[in-house]
Amino acid sequence: MIFTPFEIQETVRMFSMQKLDIRTVTMGISLRDCASSSGEEARRRIYDKITRRAERLVAVGREIETEFGIPIINTRISVTPIAMVAEASGESDYVEFARTLDKAAKTVGVNFLGGFSALVQKGCTKGDLTLLSSLPRALAETDIVCGSVNVASTQAGINMDAVRRMGEIIKDLAARTAAAGGIGCAKLVVFANAVEDNPFMAGAFHGPGEAESAINVGLSGPGVIKSALEGLSGASFDEVAETIKKTAFKITRMGELVAHEASRRLGVPFGIIDLSLAPTPAVGDSVARILQEMGLEHVGAPGSTAALALLNDAVKKGGIMASSHVGGLSGAFIPVTEDEGMVEAAQRGCLSIEKLEAMTCVCSVGLDMILIPGDTPASTVSAIIADEAAIGVTNHKTTAVRLIPAPGRRPGDRVEFGGLLGGGPVMAVSPLSAEGFIARGGRIPAPVHSFRN
Amino acid sequence: MFAIITVVGVDMVGIIAKVSAILADRGVNIASISQTILDEYFTMMMRVDLSGLKVPRAALKEDLEKAGEEIGVKVTLIHEEVLQAMHRI
Repeated sequence: MIFTPFEIQETVRMFSMQKLDIRTVTMGISLRDCASSSGEEARRRIYDKITRRAERLVAVGREIETEFGIPIINTRISVTPIAMVAEASGESDYVEFARTLDKAAKTVGVNFLGGFSALVQKGCTKGDLTLLSSLPRALAETDIVCGSVNVASTQAGINMDAVRRMGEIIKDLAARTAAAGGIGCAKLVVFANAVEDNPFMAGAFHGPGEAESAINVGLSGPGVIKSALEGLSGASFDEVAETIKKTAFKITRMGELVAHEASRRLGVPFGIIDLSLAPTPAVGDSVARILQEMGLEHVGAPGSTAALALLNDAVKKGGIMASSHVGGLSGAFIPVTEDEGMVEAAQRGCLSIEKLEAMTCVCSVGLDMILIPGDTPASTVSAIIADEAAIGVTNHKTTAVRLIPAPGRRPGDRVEFGGLLGGGPVMAVSPLSAEGFIARGGRIPAPVHSFRN
Repeated sequence: MFAIITVVGVDMVGIIAKVSAILADRGVNIASISQTILDEYFTMMMRVDLSGLKVPRAALKEDLEKAGEEIGVKVTLIHEEVLQAMHRI
């Protein structure tokens, strides 16, 4: 036998018991050549291009899943930020573009399509403004279209006008999807330093610096890392870091295999592997439980930030060697409603938004899938976005905010979304006002890039 | 095109016979076979050649899993390339 029984069993257990899977095979498609002075013509081109390019995406995903025995949870599409594609149409509303994307995505059978987006870190063009004002209706009136807005970057600073608008947009979107707990907001991410090749939703878009098309693969394996640490109780952090690195290596190699196979079969170049540890609401698929395994009573306890920093770094170190191209967000995700361990910690009152904010300084993404009271003022939502953007801008990393002000809900109320989005308790937000701060507008300048202390 | 079949469970008469009958019937050749006791369980591993497979791979997987359930053991089928990727640089 070429492989030892231990190796074979290790792999079998990863799939059968530890929920190792490919979270998503995402096909990035450039829509830059779809722009037209006629909105109708642009939408026809968009629909045709997506349905042609991604025609076999779902089928190939299933083929690989069956042949290799690796579960592939989602197939998705990311497209050029629509503000760039729709701008030439001169239309004053882009909801129709969102409908076209929704229809195209459903025709090819993918789970989500991302890219109803705008990059406005330094300022807004006419198309960007139209996209922003279309966002609430576009996401409320479509099913599987996701949107994102990049409001800040380390090079450009923070566009505080856009930050103010995003607070209002998030509140509007929540109100439009009030019957489902404000679920529309789960499809909208506000970024600082957004990456152009992220395969994960809701923040995926096919950046303007990308090639015509690319296959990007996102992994999911918190359960595997937790199981690997279970045998190490009381061991030093040197051993913990080594174990996470080795496990991340193995998981990523599997992602690399799937990515190259998908790329070959679809005739689309391989883009990147995103090494992120993406949790799901299923028991045994939680990032929070990994931190607990390191010795914390619950996530949110003192030590959580250090534990997450170690995890995030070790995952990167192990994964980078395993893949020819690493990109996307690559780190540990700490969404609340999508992570069973986070939900329990939030319910027990162990976890606050402020602690989560601190944790986002050392890991992937940011304040993700957090339910907040429905009566939270738009300016407070904006101010939370500004804080998170400042962390990203100053620390040269991607941060994001995906808050859900659940209409009519108060702290402690439970909201259920189901599926990968999960559900959880509404978390308390500081009652202190940031109204005057957000009303100022303008730009917070880019930070100095030397004298880094 | 090789794959690894594992059978894990409590030892009993006829496990190998049952699995190999399914394989023979579907044109799968057994390249090597080994068995051991791992974590107190009977563990059998087969390296099989799927190039002559007469049914879709998904059907083979399903048939093996069903046969395993009938005799109370867990049968899995893994593409050799997956193991290659994970355990060999």
